[in-house]
Amino acid sequence: MSDKKMKKLTPVQQEYQTFAKAREPRRPVLFNCLKAFLVGGGICLLGQGVQDFFIWNFDFTEKTAGDPTVAVMVMLSVILTVAGVYDHIAQWAGAGTAVPVTGFANSVAASAMEHRTEGFVLGVGGQMFKLAGSVIVYGVFAAFIIGLIKTGIAMLGGS
Amino acid sequence: MLQGHQTWVFQNRPVILSSAVVGGPFEAEGPLAEDFDLLHGDLWLGQDSYEKAEKKMLEEACEMATHKAGLQKQDIQFFLGGDLMNQIISSCFAARTLAVPFLGLYGACSTSMEGLALASLIVDSRAGRYVLCGTASHNSAAEKQYRYPTEYGSQKPPTAQWTVTAAGAALLGPEGDGPKVTSATIGRVVDMGVSDPFNMGGAMAPAAVDTITAHFRDLQISPGNYDLIATGDLGKVGYKIAVDLFKKQGLEIPEKAFVDCGLLIYGEDQPAVLAGGSGCGCSASVAYGHILNRLKKGELKRVLIVATGALLSPLSYQQKESIPCIAHAVSIESD
Amino acid sequence: MEAYFWAFVVGGLICVVGQLLLDVGRFTPAHTMSILVVTGAILDGLGLYEPLIDFAGAGATVPITSFGNALVHGALTEAESTGLIGILTGIFEVTSAGISAAIIFGFMAALFFKPKG
Repeated sequence: MSDKKMKKLTPVQQEYQTFAKAREPRRPVLFNCLKAFLVGGGICLLGQGVQDFFIWNFDFTEKTAGDPTVAVMVMLSVILTVAGVYDHIAQWAGAGTAVPVTGFANSVAASAMEHRTEGFVLGVGGQMFKLAGSVIVYGVFAAFIIGLIKTGIAMLGGS
Repeated sequence: MLQGHQTWVFQNRPVILSSAVVGGPFEAEGPLAEDFDLLHGDLWLGQDSYEKAEKKMLEEACEMATHKAGLQKQDIQFFLGGDLMNQIISSCFAARTLAVPFLGLYGACSTSMEGLALASLIVDSRAGRYVLCGTASHNSAAEKQYRYPTEYGSQKPPTAQWTVTAAGAALLGPEGDGPKVTSATIGRVVDMGVSDPFNMGGAMAPAAVDTITAHFRDLQISPGNYDLIATGDLGKVGYKIAVDLFKKQGLEIPEKAFVDCGLLIYGEDQPAVLAGGSGCGCSASVAYGHILNRLKKGELKRVLIVATGALLSPLSYQQKESIPCIAHAVSIESD
Repeated sequence: MEAYFWAFVVGGLICVVGQLLLDVGRFTPAHTMSILVVTGAILDGLGLYEPLIDFAGAGATVPITSFGNALVHGALTEAESTGLIGILTGIFEVTSAGISAAIIFGFMAALFFKPKG
């Protein structure tokens, strides 16, 4: 718990926080990082293979092969989600499955599937981006600000 | 009758005429499977949604308890029910099926004992003859509402708990054969500033200790009075904290007699449960199944069941609130 | 073969950053992914992400950070040709494959399959 949060608590609560923290099982950070490294690296390796597959076998260049590669990775992630195994792999791999684009696809598919019981429009349609929405919002907004700054600098510097 | 500050002593000793416990596939693989009346192999219970499955389990538990007591739905005065779903829909819809006058409760995972305490008060004070109390929880429905979609790949920390898919119901009457409810201590809300929804045990332990301490203080008895003191769902983390808190306060709780339902319901071979079981169905199914069976067999004479609840909502967590908790204790004796 | 090695290592390292944000920073997955996306966007703004892609290939394009990079790229490319308004119109150009695929396959998943709980 951050110090700022701690200060808002009464002394009794603060004492309990310390007491409870000492009795909490530690998260195996190092081991989790190792697992994330292996699985995340592995997924990227797979992505590299898929990209090369498109370059060698079809008329894609390194620049244009990105699109079908992402689409394939998304599809694989959705298949694993639908099979009910993605969440089990993720419990083991942590950020290794969440950080690659597979994590994004899993969050969309999982939310969509889960809310089918609320109907296709309000459930599937409305809830699909429940988890992935913040990624898109912040990505777009950041791109907007950065775009403005860079274009602004170019305009001022250029002319 | 009120004794002390927050404890009721039931002088007329209401009887638990019958109880019924229903569970899901994961519970069927646990060490207490034999104590369930009905176990389902399908998490959906053949229903359209997880929420409807939870409702169905509660209905089944209530109907079986009624049937086991040799009564009809029409004989029952009141049904007290609650669950984890928003607006306690599982209990409301089960009450619709039962068509019994209904009192909806919300105590999060402490609902089982909240219900039992109130039901006992009604029967003891002759405000009702036959009163049914029950609760249920469903792992997927709880995950969907409180945390993440069930197929979402998030990594749960070791302090997280597994919501039990189970329903438990008990039917009380003024006389008859069966374990007797002798007292109940109503807990107050305790908030120690814990705000991690993946560490319910750490949040709830102080509430459990507070209520248990109040119970012994109000009744002027010692912990040795009970063969078993069982908390609802503190899990590994909360249980350890509670044991240490008791030591710190100088309350002599014999460790062998102090257990947690969340640690009893699943076995070592079910690591997915992380810190242990949780949910309304956890304390209900273990208390109304396993513990009552042991009482009836004569293995136990006097037990104190302390159901613990974390009173947060997904919204309160997002609004940076901490987690207030509560615990209700009910004592049951065999004849 | 060297390309595969660096794809593995760089991709793995970005995931380790994510894991640290989750375990040490105690951020939620949504917070963590948002931080990574914004980081990718900032790195591209500084001109550092494209060289990383040249070096590590899929190790840089598969993690969610590349999403931020792609959004900035789309915005800047369009702004170069059509001026300031390009920032708005170009943002989704590069990323549309990923988002469209996620929506389409996600919808199909919901159409044909039930979650396993």
